[in-house]
Amino acid sequence: MDYATLLQVLDSTVRLATPLLLACLAGLFSERAGIVDIGLEGKMLAAAFFSAAIAAVTGSVWLGLLAGIAASMVMSGIHGLASITFRGNQLISGVAINFLASGITVLIAQDWFSQGGRTPSLMGGGRFESITLPFAEALRGVPVIGPLYYELISGHSILVYVAFLMVPLTWWILFRTRFGLRLRAVGEAPEAVDTAGVSVVGLRFAAIAICGLLTGLAGAYLATGLQAGFVREMTAGRGYIALAALIFAKWRPWYALYACLLFGLLQAVALRYQNIDLGGFIIPVQFMDALPYILTVVILAGFVGKAIPPRAGGEPYVKER
Amino acid sequence: MTFMKSILGTAATLALTAGAALADPALIYDLGGKFDKSFNEAAYNGAEIYAKETGGSYKDIELQSEAQREQALRRFAEAGFNPVVTTGFSMSSPIASVAPDYPDTKFVTIDGFVDPAEHPNVLSILFSEHEGSYLVGMLAAMASESGTVGFVGGMDIPLIRKFACGYAQGAKAVSDDVKVISNMTGTTPAAWNDPVKGSELTKAQISQGADVIFAAAGGTGIGVLQTAADEGILSVGVDSNQNYLHPGKVLTSMLKRVDVAVAEAMTAGPELETGVKVLGLAESGVGYALDENNAELVTEEMKAAVDEASQKIIAGEIEVHDYSADDSCPALNF
Repeated sequence: MDYATLLQVLDSTVRLATPLLLACLAGLFSERAGIVDIGLEGKMLAAAFFSAAIAAVTGSVWLGLLAGIAASMVMSGIHGLASITFRGNQLISGVAINFLASGITVLIAQDWFSQGGRTPSLMGGGRFESITLPFAEALRGVPVIGPLYYELISGHSILVYVAFLMVPLTWWILFRTRFGLRLRAVGEAPEAVDTAGVSVVGLRFAAIAICGLLTGLAGAYLATGLQAGFVREMTAGRGYIALAALIFAKWRPWYALYACLLFGLLQAVALRYQNIDLGGFIIPVQFMDALPYILTVVILAGFVGKAIPPRAGGEPYVKER
Repeated sequence: MTFMKSILGTAATLALTAGAALADPALIYDLGGKFDKSFNEAAYNGAEIYAKETGGSYKDIELQSEAQREQALRRFAEAGFNPVVTTGFSMSSPIASVAPDYPDTKFVTIDGFVDPAEHPNVLSILFSEHEGSYLVGMLAAMASESGTVGFVGGMDIPLIRKFACGYAQGAKAVSDDVKVISNMTGTTPAAWNDPVKGSELTKAQISQGADVIFAAAGGTGIGVLQTAADEGILSVGVDSNQNYLHPGKVLTSMLKRVDVAVAEAMTAGPELETGVKVLGLAESGVGYALDENNAELVTEEMKAAVDEASQKIIAGEIEVHDYSADDSCPALNF
């Protein structure tokens, strides 16, 4: 593998890891506050559709982005209403979100555009263009660092940079602010937060609102950054891989970054090399596709350190009388 | 009064539906959906041709899940629809289990195969995709400047390998030096609807030198065609004519005349001849698309070469190897 190929694989890794990273951080906020969110997939899908649809209708990708975020926040709201307000089962509510998104996106797409559950291809201002960072052209000729900067770091759409900036931001919010401390406390011991006079319900709704915002960005990136339109079921299981990454990262922001980059790298390698030949021993591409899940199971089984979820995760909070 | 009304109403409706259902054809779309701009939409167009030409009517249903396959077949057969036309290879086993229960109903499976000896009331319509792919493979190799052409398949199944194998043979027929890169998107049905992966595969193939890429991948192909157009290389569409998706950027499309097959089956009605029908170049069942969107891309020489090859295939002078015949391909390693 030469240097140029390595850069191409890493470039592909960044593109594939970005939606995972956004969804993973979304899940992190939600689960840290004690709301298990299996509906990441559905929220991303809803956001992907509405961002593409509004971008197609108005011709503005920014309005599309807002619509995508709004759509996934509405989905989050439904999840919150069912699992926080009415104390329903969070898993079931999440699965319902996935089904709802899967059906409603195709239904509305067919009604609006009559193109078989698809949006029209986005043109010009309807898509996120890739950004060339300053000096990228000038530095291109510099050996080793030049191509690295030009190929790998520069030339992505703005949502990629937003996603990567979200990692330190998430860390700062969760571990350096009062809001973050309370949010984590709500996931560990909601009764303590309640005793301190802070609203458990309010904090949990805040957490899933952030979750909706981030999945909105992830969905919009899929439909208007990576692609030029929405295709039915286009998230293709990325929400579940993000959940796996979240467990793999043990619910920590920086580890989430590493986990998503690792899973992205595995996908990029699998796409580039269908079957990897290791001196007579061939690794089939299916194994590479399954590896994220296998690694997650290994982590869950406790072979590589322990993955301890937030203690109050999945439990609706019932105030003591 | 109202009770009487509703009874009369019900009776009237029943009589009407019974009358209408008498030997009307029915059509069942596969999971891709009616308006997929590709395979299923071609079937719908065929049914519309039938309706327009004969003035007849038909009934259709879009499947939403695997479990509905058998149910839909039984509902249509019991309501007296004849023939019941289905699209997609996944319908073959449900038909095999339902057909013996309705010996007077004719079933048609497009892309599927049901043993005619065991089920005399089933017509299996198969296409020689390898022949059509051979032609677009030739076009791709002739249009390529780098001497490398790519193939992106959807789910890794024998049918898609058949496309890839024909394509590779066509490309190699132009010159032995042509390199063919082949990738499959995945091994689950999700591989039909993953344009993001399609894009990444396209980018990976471009970086390996490919400058014409053939996508036989359903919704994933949308991503392939889009990325190819963005990166300034050519692509080849599949099943329906997809040239219009990116005018001037799609070299051609490999056509499968599902519409013709459906229209013919429906027009034949209950007297439909069953058995196995293979539609190849000779029957105009497959081909390549030429319209105003790609007129500038396909030169006269390219067209002449492909038409000559097409004649030779029909005459039997060129034999295109069919992957599904022996699960191997002389021109490509999977």
